Amino acid sequence: MRIELTVNGERRETEVWEGESLLFALRERLGLPGSKNACEQGECGSCSVLLDGELVCACLVLAAQAEGHHVVTVEGLAGDGGLHPVQEAFTETGAVQCGFCTPGLIVATADLLERNPAPSDDEIREALSGNLCRCTGYAKIFDAVRLAAGTSDAK
Amino acid sequence: MPKVTGEFAYASDLFAAGMLWGHTVRSPYAHARILELDISQALAMPGVHAVLTHDDVPGAKSYGLEFADQPVLAIDRVRYFGEPVALVAAEHPEQARRAAEKVRVEYEPLEPVTDMERATEQPPIHDGSPTAGHGFREDPRPNVLRTIVIRHGDPDAQADVSVEGVYQLGIQDQAFLGPESGLAVPDGEGGVDVYVATQWLHVDRDQVAPCLGLEKEQVRIHLAGVGGAFGGREDLSMQIHGAMLALHTDRPVKIVYTREESFVGHVHRHPAKIWMEHRAARDGRLVNVRARILLDGGAYASSSAAVCSNAASFACGPYRVENALIEATCVYSNNPPCGAMRGFGSVQSCFAHESQMDRLAAALEIDPVELRLLNALEPGDTMPTGQVVTGSLPVAEVIRRAAELPLPEAEELPRDPIRLPGGAGNTTHGQGVKRGAGFAVGFKNVCYSEGFDDACSARIRLRVGPDERLGAEIRCAAAEVGQGVTGVILQVARTELGTDDVVVAPGSTDGVDSAGSASASRLTWMAAGAVRLVCRDALEELRSGGGREVDLERTYHHSRTFPLDPESGQVTGERVHVAYICAAMRVVAEVDVELGLSRVVWIGAAQDVGKAINPQAVHGQIEGGTAQGLGLALMEEIQTNDGLITNASFTDYLIPTTLDMPPIDAELVEVPQPDAPYGVKGVGEPPTVVSTAAIVSALRAASGRELARVPVGPEDLAGL
Repeated sequence: MRIELTVNGERRETEVWEGESLLFALRERLGLPGSKNACEQGECGSCSVLLDGELVCACLVLAAQAEGHHVVTVEGLAGDGGLHPVQEAFTETGAVQCGFCTPGLIVATADLLERNPAPSDDEIREALSGNLCRCTGYAKIFDAVRLAAGTSDAK
Repeated sequence: MPKVTGEFAYASDLFAAGMLWGHTVRSPYAHARILELDISQALAMPGVHAVLTHDDVPGAKSYGLEFADQPVLAIDRVRYFGEPVALVAAEHPEQARRAAEKVRVEYEPLEPVTDMERATEQPPIHDGSPTAGHGFREDPRPNVLRTIVIRHGDPDAQADVSVEGVYQLGIQDQAFLGPESGLAVPDGEGGVDVYVATQWLHVDRDQVAPCLGLEKEQVRIHLAGVGGAFGGREDLSMQIHGAMLALHTDRPVKIVYTREESFVGHVHRHPAKIWMEHRAARDGRLVNVRARILLDGGAYASSSAAVCSNAASFACGPYRVENALIEATCVYSNNPPCGAMRGFGSVQSCFAHESQMDRLAAALEIDPVELRLLNALEPGDTMPTGQVVTGSLPVAEVIRRAAELPLPEAEELPRDPIRLPGGAGNTTHGQGVKRGAGFAVGFKNVCYSEGFDDACSARIRLRVGPDERLGAEIRCAAAEVGQGVTGVILQVARTELGTDDVVVAPGSTDGVDSAGSASASRLTWMAAGAVRLVCRDALEELRSGGGREVDLERTYHHSRTFPLDPESGQVTGERVHVAYICAAMRVVAEVDVELGLSRVVWIGAAQDVGKAINPQAVHGQIEGGTAQGLGLALMEEIQTNDGLITNASFTDYLIPTTLDMPPIDAELVEVPQPDAPYGVKGVGEPPTVVSTAAIVSALRAASGRELARVPVGPEDLAGL
């Protein structure tokens, strides 16, 4: 079947098989492999994208369900002026090791700061608990979120 | 930078025009005979280009990291749940999966060997003994992969006080987030290029080429983006399979494991059962340590023999002890194959010896930190293997520094439930919650041991530019797995050459010799050594030769190691290990003693790092390594039933989240290693070695329970 959707502000069309997830369509059909395939069952958050502004796991959304909707992936966060502040903060604080969880965490953090520009540590903890990271132990991810939020001195 | 924008290409992101998707048919049994294999229906499925079995393996039918005991595709018998039996390549991954279901395999189930204690009395799962003839101690019992006996001093020495215990650890999974993946591309001349997430490019190649019946030069392995490793990518996964499908179809073939497949797609941390007895003088001095260590290696050897050796070598902990008797056996079984995982045998031993040190402290009524300080190993002391400790090993210093870290302040009630055991489950408002503090010390080796010469090569193309400035390209096959070795290479080259104009070529077997693996906390030391050597020699050659460009390759070796005597377990030369690294950890935990729920409140660490050349990355290793130890302490275990894995998903195999990880205060203890470049040591493993033991120590203090097995479950903490 053929679907049409808006990805990172751009109108896109692609052929998909009915059983394909939005994640597969993004990665294998639309040339956007930034969203990651770590578990493909909604447990790890590595494929987090914004669907009409709502944070979702792209692996749990059928590609066909995205027909006519707006999707923002990690590839759509950086603007003409350079990296998104959350991307800058992850780089700066050493929050990236293998980096496989990073795209999902960056999208989830951008979403958190959009809703809550100055989250407390407990709020960060709860908001990012759906994003697994195996390398960092999360300490530097907390640093990155605080840096992006401008609350590094608070705690 | 490309990692934050989504542009960094991991192994599962690769694409080639005309590529097919590969899929692996796997055994649903832990142990069975294969009576018949019929691929005809699968071959007739839409979109299918190839279905291959063991008959199609062009060269050697078996491979292995140290012993070639593992079939590329099962021949007449399967020995573990998930063992590869056949391969499919199709246009679409779903077509490949559906065709895989149509591969008809008739099995005759056999009784699986699943109990490591009974394995040595059951029929052997391998014909002959795959690990015999390698200089190991003779052990005629069936299913023995390796047995080590270390006799030190007088193993019967008596003392005033004795404590003993039996400690167990479940199977831990590396659970790296990037599933096993790769792309194999035929070169049109009979050879193949494999782009894959791995830890050791050249040893992959050396295993792949013979199975394909090709010369080494015809197989080129290239490092694709690696989504975490932790030991789980030391062995092959899709490399031979992808190459077979690509050569057979003459098309690029991509294989991406699902998460469920990943749980059977790599080796795990060995489960263990360890008995230990510590004999000590009334004043606390250790007199004799006696240990029996049993490890389950699963169906194939992988690096089990070396893990067994490490578990034995480090059984006494970083303590001075004049007498010891250590017996360690690793068995074959039909459980999931085990091999390398961060900590490599030392994790298991550390949990046992540190539990024993707490028990001994209680029996002697000595402060547990004081007891550890009193016995702390230092340079000049002799290890149970007979090796005299040289170089840097600041055990007492890490103990002192960790013990001095200020504990977090008591938290008042009421509090947000997210800061109570049970968390957002809102299971208590503080009733039944008890707080305790624990302590542990651990150590292990850096680099490979027992006579294995684990060298590292680096190549440089150094040129003088038109503006008279130096520019360089470095080639090194060191696997960047997220630990930051590429940054180390750049930093060393820029420092040595005095120019920022340095690029590091992508990792490959092409154009440079082996770097050795990204494991054993060795790569910072070894890659820094190789890159420094080649940079200095290139500068010298440029100066003395007067040319404008040099192209050089150099190989760096660490100090030579020697094997253990198979009878006495004593080192047969100057050293069995190159160097040691240690860490101490102090932990505060809370336990809801009624519900058995827990919360780790705070972790303080002091780690011996030699010289931290990138402190931010070192802290990252300590924090991440600690998280993996916390997982083993509290939640991570591969569950099996008759050898079948029953929790192969992130729904059922839990790893720590932001809700589980406490803040970590880490101190870096810098005592440069004299024979290492810049004094560096490895940093990746000590936090994982010590954190499980330290966390359980705190849980014992809070709950008053014995807690002799990890992961510790709610039923253990509630005493059910």
